[in-house]
Amino acid sequence: MTPSPTTAPANPGGDARPVLEMADVRKSFGPVAALRSGTLTVRPGSIHALVGENGAGKSTLVKIVAGVHRRDGGTLRFEGDDVDFASTADSKAAGIAVIYQEPTLFPDLSVTENIFMGRQPLGRGRRIDRAAMLAETRAIFARLGVDIDPRRPALGLSIADQQIIEIAKAISLDARLLIMDEPTAALSGVEVERLFAVARSLRDEGRGLVFISHRFEEVFALCDEVTVMRDGEYVATTAIASTTPDAIVEMMVGREVGELFPKQPATIGEVVLKVEGLSSAGTFRGIDLEVRAGEIVGLAGLVGAGRSEIARAVFGVDRYDAGRVTMHGKPVPARRPRAAIAAGMAFVPEDRRKQGLVVDNSVAHNVAAVIRTRLDRLGFLTNRAENRASAPWAGRLEVKTNALDMPATTMSGGNQQKVVIAKWLATEPTLLIIDEPTRGIDVGTKSEVHRLLSDLAGQGLAILMISSELPEVLGMADRVLVVREGEITAELSRSEATPEAVMKAATAGHESTGELAPVLPDALMKEVSA
Amino acid sequence: MSASTPTRGTAPVGLSKGEARTYASYARPAWQRWLLTRETAVILLLVVVFTWATSSVPNFDGPLTLYYLFLDLMPILLIALPMTLVIITGEIDLSVASTVVLTSAVTGLLTIDAGWGFGQAALVAVAVGALCGLFNGFLVGYVGLPSLAVTIGTLALYRGIAVGLLGTEAKTGFPEAWTDRVKERIGETSYPQVLVVFGVLAVVFVLLLHFSGFGRGVYEIGLNDEAARFSGVDVARTKLLLFVLAGAVSGLAGVYYTLRYDLARGDAANGLELQVIAAVLLGGVSIFGGRGALHGVVAGVLLIGVISSAMRLQGETENVTTIVIGLLLIASVVAPSFLSWVSGRLPAGVKGALSRRPRRT
Repeated sequence: MTPSPTTAPANPGGDARPVLEMADVRKSFGPVAALRSGTLTVRPGSIHALVGENGAGKSTLVKIVAGVHRRDGGTLRFEGDDVDFASTADSKAAGIAVIYQEPTLFPDLSVTENIFMGRQPLGRGRRIDRAAMLAETRAIFARLGVDIDPRRPALGLSIADQQIIEIAKAISLDARLLIMDEPTAALSGVEVERLFAVARSLRDEGRGLVFISHRFEEVFALCDEVTVMRDGEYVATTAIASTTPDAIVEMMVGREVGELFPKQPATIGEVVLKVEGLSSAGTFRGIDLEVRAGEIVGLAGLVGAGRSEIARAVFGVDRYDAGRVTMHGKPVPARRPRAAIAAGMAFVPEDRRKQGLVVDNSVAHNVAAVIRTRLDRLGFLTNRAENRASAPWAGRLEVKTNALDMPATTMSGGNQQKVVIAKWLATEPTLLIIDEPTRGIDVGTKSEVHRLLSDLAGQGLAILMISSELPEVLGMADRVLVVREGEITAELSRSEATPEAVMKAATAGHESTGELAPVLPDALMKEVSA
Repeated sequence: MSASTPTRGTAPVGLSKGEARTYASYARPAWQRWLLTRETAVILLLVVVFTWATSSVPNFDGPLTLYYLFLDLMPILLIALPMTLVIITGEIDLSVASTVVLTSAVTGLLTIDAGWGFGQAALVAVAVGALCGLFNGFLVGYVGLPSLAVTIGTLALYRGIAVGLLGTEAKTGFPEAWTDRVKERIGETSYPQVLVVFGVLAVVFVLLLHFSGFGRGVYEIGLNDEAARFSGVDVARTKLLLFVLAGAVSGLAGVYYTLRYDLARGDAANGLELQVIAAVLLGGVSIFGGRGALHGVVAGVLLIGVISSAMRLQGETENVTTIVIGLLLIASVVAPSFLSWVSGRLPAGVKGALSRRPRRT
């Protein structure tokens, strides 16, 4: 994923009046100060990056601009006027649009109906003027240079297309400020390029854009200016042209970050997990793989290639039609996570908020969720026993929380991921399946997770790691298996695994079209319609 | 771990190299954790209403009031126990009253018509109740149908079978030894002996829900069933078991109902399921699942009982009582949402006092 460098205007926005000015904006939730000094100035005709670790206060800042939260103090000016949005409707009406990572469209309505939801143009006899709606949608799509049928239902659109719909909606509302909150997290390379093209054309129309991302190559490819936040406070704003990724990382974490991917060599032992001929109709076929003690095996491939589905079937949350899973030479029954856990498997799933954690539950309950069956005394399970058993694991992973009874919802993404990992390490597994170990978590925690995985492998744990971030796979894995359209297309040793080799195996057969998009179909469709 | 697990290093696994972090167990002091809950609010309300009734409602402090109060409430008290667990998983069981009627009919047919001993008939009735629950639980847990639809169906089905078995006839004349037994008091007190049965069941359910891994799973299913499945909770089996429990306890309530009124007929216990659900929700259980506790539910049932009993003694009609309980239920459902809405709109200082938990940053 290396978007081409942008040709930024020589003087982004010039001296024009800023679209958005925030100074010293504060917001607390109960005793927790989420934002201490939110400061952000966005000029028209520029793309402004907002970066910071999870928990730095970016989301809170965005939600204040969007009218989700009300600020406790500080100034907020939109196009020069002091504003105070009491609701999201107020903020929209003023000309602000927020595009979230996963847009929520009405799946059964058409693309056009989604864009005009709640404000359909009326024709004669107060009937909805469908022709006018369709014409305007076509005009906007033409302007953005995207090719989506305005009459098709939203159901089955890729996440990338759904974001484009949201952007089209914002344009039809004449939004002068667009905030994109991690829009690229679930997009493929080609989709990211298209989104960037759209973003640039909006900038050239003189709108102000805010772009939130954890991916620096994207920030540097797209943005004109960058504002860094840390621990709810404003750190600095600089022009992209006059800074470097290293300098930004340093500002984000307030210290220098060591090597990002420190996988240490480990003694590779006996086979722990063996999968033979695993197949599931329409998802994956004939999967053979082995993971040995002390080894990290990376499953690489495009989003939707079937990697997560394979992991879920191995662990037993999903069914499979044919094949065999064995742990330490003993067969593991299908469709029974409990049996997989008893055989020594641990599974950190892709979506920590939906699958990894019960976010409304406390840290202690989450960490003890799997081991609680062994914590009862004379058949009684008490909070005290769970606290006592979970505290050391939370401590070893340096989970940041005030108390063990705090619900996981109050924590940042990186901390939540630590809770999920703690929960599974507490089971003392022999195999750890970890799906997207560092998705959506900040740089500091990311390298902590990598160091942890390396240490665990060093102590003899077998690790099967799924990751969409190529540097992570290449840096961490002893062996890389590439999955394309539900089949393993390549097995590469550490020395053979180059970015080119992995990408070629992940996309081969589609090179002729020059498009990655056709590789994405089924799994994404499923995700959208689910 | 299994025996095949290879030996692992004993060095502590983790990020922290030196001293590991330590944590407080609780963010708030104990009195806050205990007092600032919906359950405590319901219990306080119960105490207030009870004190008021004892001091200012004529005859409320008489020897018969509590006795009949408990006798009348018994089916609701009993069924509220498993219903709490069912609702905490995010499901609902509307067929419990129909199960009461069906098991009552079975008891009547076996005892009066077939001449069985009452004890055996009662056991069969509880088994029939469990079977009713098994059918609900299979459709909800394993077939994956929504419990609202399934139990609306079985609500009609089970009552239909009961009416089919009994016709318009009512069975009466159950052995007096048994009908007298349910009305006996504990010693000289005004508490009926059946309270002991309830007490034992209540302890069992409290242990199951609040002091077992199974109970933790029940809450997890209600909060996020997908995450529960990913942690190895058998969601389908848990739901099946809870519906079986609801059916079996409804069967027990059916037996009680038969003895208490010495009667088995097809139109009995009409609307009982809604009384049970109302009491459970009043007791602080969230209809969306994941929240609630049994002490609150028991207080909720008693609160409804005390209010109806006091108002009846005041000479109010049944309709007025129903209206009051309805309003109370709405208030109890609205109150938490209202408080969180208020706290979301207020600046920080005022809010800290109101919000129970800090929200996500």
